[in-house]
Amino acid sequence: MNEKVIADFIYEEARQLDAMQWNAWLGMFHPEARYWVPLEWQQQDPVLQPSLMYEDLLLLKVRVERLSGERTFSQKPKSRCHHLLQAPHIVECNAETGVFKARTSFFYTETRGDTLERYSGWASHELVAVDGELKIKLKRIDLINFDAPFGNIQLFM
Amino acid sequence: MGAYRSNIDAIRALVRDSEVHRDVYIDPEVFDLEMEHLFPNSWIYIGHASQISKPGDFITANIGRQPVFAVRHSDGNVHVLFNRCPHKGVKIASEACGNTGKFFRCPYHAWSFKTDGSLLAIPLKKGYESTGFDGSQASRGLTPVKHVKIYRDFIFAKLNDGGLSFEDYFGESLSTIDNMVDRSPEGKLAIQAAPIRYMHTCNWKMLVENQTDTCHPMVAHESSAGTAVKVWTREKGDSTETPMAVQLYAPFMSPYEFYEKSGIRIWPNGHGHTGVSNSIHSDYSQIPGYLDKMIAAYGEKRAKEILDETRHNTIYFPNIMVKGPVQIVRNFIPIAVDKTLVESWVFRLVGAPDMLYERALMYNRFINAPTSIVGHDDLEMYERAQEGLRSNGNQWVNLQRLYEGGEKLDVTEVINGTSERQMRNQFHAWVKFMTQDMSERAEVAE
Ligand code: FES
Ligand SMILES: [Fe+2]
Repeated sequence: MNEKVIADFIYEEARQLDAMQWNAWLGMFHPEARYWVPLEWQQQDPVLQPSLMYEDLLLLKVRVERLSGERTFSQKPKSRCHHLLQAPHIVECNAETGVFKARTSFFYTETRGDTLERYSGWASHELVAVDGELKIKLKRIDLINFDAPFGNIQLFM
Repeated sequence: MGAYRSNIDAIRALVRDSEVHRDVYIDPEVFDLEMEHLFPNSWIYIGHASQISKPGDFITANIGRQPVFAVRHSDGNVHVLFNRCPHKGVKIASEACGNTGKFFRCPYHAWSFKTDGSLLAIPLKKGYESTGFDGSQASRGLTPVKHVKIYRDFIFAKLNDGGLSFEDYFGESLSTIDNMVDRSPEGKLAIQAAPIRYMHTCNWKMLVENQTDTCHPMVAHESSAGTAVKVWTREKGDSTETPMAVQLYAPFMSPYEFYEKSGIRIWPNGHGHTGVSNSIHSDYSQIPGYLDKMIAAYGEKRAKEILDETRHNTIYFPNIMVKGPVQIVRNFIPIAVDKTLVESWVFRLVGAPDMLYERALMYNRFINAPTSIVGHDDLEMYERAQEGLRSNGNQWVNLQRLYEGGEKLDVTEVINGTSERQMRNQFHAWVKFMTQDMSERAEVAE
C-alpha cells in the first residue's frame, strides 16, 4: 500500500460515480462504512449535530435502488454527475495500523433535464485495507457553502 | 396594472367553496398582495427565545418583504424591531443571528442604538441642533414592531394594527406547541444549531397544503419510503430490532385506512393538524430513560397524557408547521411567487435523553433536507404543479375530497383524516387575512 494506490482508489471511486455504476461504487465501501455530509464548519459530531447526510450502507443501498425505481418520479429524467478532483492530499498512510486517510479538493456537478448545479468542497476519505483491498470506512463531504439553501441533490459527491 | 390590485372582489373570487383559482400559486401580483396584506395582517413566527438567550443576542427575519429582528435587551426583555437604520435605511442586523454586545452601531454613519431600539448616540450631534430633529421619527431610534407575543418561548409578531389578537388568532391550536414543550421534562425547548435549509422552486402554499395532504405519502413516497421498507425486508436477516432509520421511513407507506382513521382537526383562522388519534409518529420505539424522567417530572397520568398525544403535522396559518413528537418546526418562507425557502429547525427537549435529539435530527435530514429522498419526491410534485398550472384549459385546483355542502367556516372540528377540509380552511383564512385591510371596490373607484 502506498500513496499512489490511495490516490488511484479515490480516482476510481469518482469514475464509478460518473459512470453511474452505483453497485460497483457501493462495493467499495466497508460494511460498517458511513457517508457523511456535515452542516457545520469543521463539524465534529455527526449524531448530535445536524448534518445533510449521515448514512450507513443500508441507507446508501436504499438511495441506489431508488434511483432506478419505476415510480421514482424525481429521476424522470435521470440525473447525471461529474467529479473534477484535485490530486488527493494523503493525510495518513500507515500500513501497520491499516489506516489510510486522504483529503481531496473537488468540483462536483449534478445535472438533470435542463438544470445544472455546481458544488465545491473537500472530500475526506478514511480507508481500511481488507485482505489487501482498500475499502471506504468513512467518506466525508465538506461543502464550502454547507449552510446555503440548495435545491435537490440526488446523487453522490 | 394587473387584475388583482385594488380589486377586492377579484381576490375573493379566487377562492370558491371547494376550488381555488390557479392564480393564487402562479400570479406575481397575487404574490405581491400576499406580501403587502396577508403577511402583515397575520401573526408570523420570528424565532425561538432560546436562540437569543443572552443580552445582545439577535435573530433576523422577514415578515412578507419587511425585514425585522428580535433582540434580547439587558433587562432580559425581547424586542422586535424593524431592521432599518432610522437615518438612511441601512439594515442594522445583517446576519441570521449574532450578538451585538451592549448596543447596535450602524456601519454607515455610526448612529448607535440600545438593544431596546432607542437612539444612543449620533456622531457630531451638534449638526442636528435647532434643526427640529427631536420631532423626527429618526430621533426615536429603531422602530418597534408593535404587536409581539412570546408564547412559551415562541416569538410571534404582527405588523398591522387591527385584526385579531394573538389569543383570538391562534386559540386552541396552541395546544400543539404546548404538547411539544411539555415533552421536555423541564418544560423547556432549546434551539442549539442552524436549521436545514432547502430551496423550493414552487409557491409557498403548495408546501403548506402538503403538510395535511394524507393521500400523497403512499403514492409519491413509494420511491423512498417504499424502497426503504423493501431493502430492509431483504437485508435484515434475522435481526429482531428495526433500526431507527427504518422506523422513521416505514410509516410513510401506511395505507389510506390508517390516515382515514387517524383524523384531522381543524381550527378557526386556517390552523389545523393531521394525526388526531394516532399518527406516523406513534409507533417509534421507546427511548431508554425518557419515560422515567417524564413520570418524575409530571406524574404517571400526566406524563402518559403528554406522550400519547402524537399529532402529525400542525399548520399555524399562514406559514409554519409544528411537529411535536419529533420536535421540528418548518418555516415556509416566501421568496417569490415560484420560490420558497424552507427552514427546518430541530428543538432539543431540555432534560430529555440525547437519543431523542438524535432521532429528531435524523428525521429532519431524512425528510427535510435537499439531500432527502422524501424531499426529492415532494419537490418533484410541487415543481410539476408549478409548471402544469400555467395551462389555461382548466384554471381551477380541486380541493373537494370529503366536501359537504354548507361546511361551517372558522370552527373546531375533528374529521376524516383524508379530507381536504384543512386546505379549504386555509383558503378561507387566506381570503380573510388577505382582504382584512383592503378597501371595498366602490370606495377605491371614487
Ligand atoms: S444610515 Fe445608519 S447611520 Fe446613516
Ligand atoms: Fe410528502
